[in-house]
Amino acid sequence: MSLSPGFADPVADAQSCFRAVLDAMARPGRVQEVGGVSGPAPLCNAAAAVLLTLADPEAPLWLDAAAACARAWIEFHTGAPILPMADAMFAMALSLPVLAELPNGTDEMPETSATVILQVSSLATGRRFVLAGPGLREPALLTIDGMPADFSSIWGRNHALFPRGIDLILCAGNRLAALPRSVTIRDA
Amino acid sequence: MNDPLSARQRWMAILARSSATHIRSFLMQRGTFPSHTILRGPENGLVMVRGRAGGGGAAFNLGEMTVTRCTVRTDTGFVGHAYIAGRDGECAELAALVDALMQDPDRHEEFEAGMIAPLEVLQTRRKAERAAKAAATRVQFFAMQTMRT
Repeated sequence: MSLSPGFADPVADAQSCFRAVLDAMARPGRVQEVGGVSGPAPLCNAAAAVLLTLADPEAPLWLDAAAACARAWIEFHTGAPILPMADAMFAMALSLPVLAELPNGTDEMPETSATVILQVSSLATGRRFVLAGPGLREPALLTIDGMPADFSSIWGRNHALFPRGIDLILCAGNRLAALPRSVTIRDA
Repeated sequence: MNDPLSARQRWMAILARSSATHIRSFLMQRGTFPSHTILRGPENGLVMVRGRAGGGGAAFNLGEMTVTRCTVRTDTGFVGHAYIAGRDGECAELAALVDALMQDPDRHEEFEAGMIAPLEVLQTRRKAERAAKAAATRVQFFAMQTMRT
């Protein structure tokens, strides 16, 4: 296991990645490009960039079994403590975790819920979903490959918790898209 | 000094106290400059230095000091770290590089004998000179010593 470098330009790359995540959250389903880092196996470049941007020593992280292969890299570059699911602010996963087991905030403090960084096979091919909600004047289409078959109903249960609930950042290759908890999803 | 951790602490401490010029000239003498990838830094930051009054006093924050850290990986896959006082990024990078090379069993002896040992001698001598100079003007506070015992 040999470490690989983080962002080529730590300040500028983290800022542009943060901007991409903001835009993705503000316009659910719109795909953004990020770069600046070559992700360690098994993480894609976009997932690695989002981790470098968002995780830090004050933001506890949970890794699923597959993402734990990159644990040394994540700990070295972000300094984030790796904690169990119930205590995490961010989750890095290669397959959709059980959203109900992550902290989903309280009605008084909905911002304490976790954000899941989910690596999917593709954001260009696969199943199509219709998104609607804040940030979308008209319903938008998002294509995701690598989601469980009943994702629409899983997301429906998460959306029903609003203002509580999990936010999702989907990463594939150099691209990312976000599903904030406010958005509704149905199969296209 | 036999366990690997304290041995590494020793050479990392010696490297951290050395100047970039010293380390570079030692590396240059070996012909080809070892190629490496920078994993992090060199970047500057602050650390809080804590002190303790006497032997049994409570810990207090003495002040912040500037440190520079760097992590590199050699082409043979060894990862070296350096934390040095001050803002000399080049020195941190070279110190991290030598830390990585010192972990390579094939090059350890060469660097121990050629670089670490001479630097240690140099630093020990400099420390002894300063201690001797300071000792000449030392004032003994008998009252405080008595209080502490």
